[in-house]
Amino acid sequence: MNFVLVLEQTLNGLQLGVTLFLMAAGLTLVFGIMNLVNLAHGSFYMVGAYLATYFTQLTGSYLLGVVLGLAGTLAVGVAVEFVALRTLYEREHLDQVLATFGLILFFNELVAMVWGRAALYTSIPDYLSGHVDLLPGLRYPLYRLVIIAVGLAVAGLLWFVVARTRLGMLIRAGASNRAMVSALGVNIRLLYTIVFGFGAALAGLAGLMAGPIYVVQPGMGELILIEVLVVIVIGGIGSIRGALAGALIVGMVDTLGRAFLKPALATVLSPAAAQAAGPALASMLIYLLMAAVLAFKPQGLFPARL
Amino acid sequence: MMDKTLRTLTMGIAAVLLAAGPAAAQQKVKIGFITTLSGPQGVIGEYMKNSVELALDHLGRKMAGLDVEVTYGDDQVKPDVGKQVAEEMLKKQQVDFVAGIIWSNVMLAVAPTVTDAGKIMVGTNAGPHELAGKQCSELFFTTSWQNDDTPEALGKVMQDQGITDVYVMAPNYAAGKDMVNGFKRSYKGRIVDEVYTRLGQTDYQAELSQLRAKNPKAVFVFYPGGMGISFLRQYSEAGLRGQFPLYSVYTVDEISIPAVKHAALGQYETRYWSPDLKNPANQKYVSDYRKRYGKMPVFYGAQSYDGILLIDSAVRAVKGNLADKKGMIAAMRKADFASTRGKFSYNTNHFPIQNFYLLKTVAGPAGQDPVMEIQKTVFTNHKDSYYKECGMK
Repeated sequence: MNFVLVLEQTLNGLQLGVTLFLMAAGLTLVFGIMNLVNLAHGSFYMVGAYLATYFTQLTGSYLLGVVLGLAGTLAVGVAVEFVALRTLYEREHLDQVLATFGLILFFNELVAMVWGRAALYTSIPDYLSGHVDLLPGLRYPLYRLVIIAVGLAVAGLLWFVVARTRLGMLIRAGASNRAMVSALGVNIRLLYTIVFGFGAALAGLAGLMAGPIYVVQPGMGELILIEVLVVIVIGGIGSIRGALAGALIVGMVDTLGRAFLKPALATVLSPAAAQAAGPALASMLIYLLMAAVLAFKPQGLFPARL
Repeated sequence: MMDKTLRTLTMGIAAVLLAAGPAAAQQKVKIGFITTLSGPQGVIGEYMKNSVELALDHLGRKMAGLDVEVTYGDDQVKPDVGKQVAEEMLKKQQVDFVAGIIWSNVMLAVAPTVTDAGKIMVGTNAGPHELAGKQCSELFFTTSWQNDDTPEALGKVMQDQGITDVYVMAPNYAAGKDMVNGFKRSYKGRIVDEVYTRLGQTDYQAELSQLRAKNPKAVFVFYPGGMGISFLRQYSEAGLRGQFPLYSVYTVDEISIPAVKHAALGQYETRYWSPDLKNPANQKYVSDYRKRYGKMPVFYGAQSYDGILLIDSAVRAVKGNLADKKGMIAAMRKADFASTRGKFSYNTNHFPIQNFYLLKTVAGPAGQDPVMEIQKTVFTNHKDSYYKECGMK
């Protein structure tokens, strides 16, 4: 196991972590500020991927497709908040789970009706495809480097908004004490809509970036949603810092586990045992991690309400 | 007093209605077709359903002069749902035949349900080894293959090509393990590593990095559905296409090619059928399917098309007397119909004895998607590895 391979796997983990962060940031804000469990967050991931693919094909330009896809997902997010979720803020979490689960089914069928059940063809534009030779022996796909760069840029942007702007101040205040913010005369409804729409757009960004390398089909959001829920539980609900830390940790653990767990086990167990145990353990690793974190820090690593 | 009379009256009416029901049934051939029609895998069911409709239209919607009525059911990829759907078809619609089923785990729940009810089951995709061996039944036929056949053929290809070591990847579930076992039955070279990934995993970058570090001579994978599309894209993007030849089973087909396009070029697979197989039945099936549905048909569809023709051959042989089960079984055993795979025969376990071909994904006509073309025959009149465990003669 050489240094270059470990470095490459670290980059892979970073890229997965960044994708998870984009999803987790939106979900944790919605959960933290609005106390809303939104299972349909994965549907925004799917909608972003589909809209970006559709607009790219329509306009012939990848960048235009991305911009329109993001705008479209933002619009869908705001519409969903306005129509379906307004009444759910006061209800208990189970009701929210049921309602947003219904939204998942709704979006999956809607997408299947409009674009069909077969996976869509998506492609990376030529100027983003190909590899970069980072080190001798380390060729890394350019597109994945772009994903890492965009993800880190968004993380930086989010930090700026949350820490340095008035909107960010309201978001932080709302995460700490919602009632007080409302009592102080802030238009809490508008704040909620903005936060929700923004979260949906972030999920859409994750979706449209992941679309060309993964598969764009109905139900694509559910698989990643499970990992995102693990991320926000580990990171702490309501905190963007927690979402970033949790996402990077989960991305690294999952990737390095898949890559190195079996060879590591093979040094202490027989090859056959490592063969059987390795893959099973690797897929359980992030849940074991979540259980471990919850045992020591039940509120997550960086809880918002301190 | 008033209640008693009312109750007796109601029961009397119900009894009369129930008795009147079955009387009309003998005028039609009723087929229950179970597949997956919802969720991402519903796309496979769509191709199967379309092929069934096409077959029925080619037959004029009649078999031996009787009208044909087909009911479609959705198993949602769940064995218990599939079993429920089959039971409903047997009891409520009183179907004469049950056909279809994509998934082996669903088949293992549905086939015994159908055969225990004394009806004929015509499988049109799943071929679990239990049904080819110990649990074979004279009421069960399949128009597809036995699950191990396809990887056995691919293993032979790689063995014959003198490839000395192979890197193997598959999802970590029953079918994944079966494919690898079938592959290892005919490939005797060195397995560099056997990597099982999570079922439904979308990101393979970590595994691809490991693969490149191991530097094998070739790669063998089994990634059905969306997993295959993700894997192929990432394999291509990582620049591994030119570096390591990629062989697969059930990973690249006419359903996934439109989603991956050029990322599939150069891919090798083994199959019993291909759209370019030259026989009159297949040429008619492929061209009519393309004309009607605007897409290239896939092997799931060809099998379903054949399933309907198989049922038709049985109904014609007994001249519409659907009560003559023995006669229908004897007719089906002859495989006396124009199959899209050409002439084939049935083994004692009611699985086909057929050829397997090596397919390669090549560029299609200008501006269109790549197509898969037969390169050569790998197995001629291949028998599955389990028929000896079946007690039937």
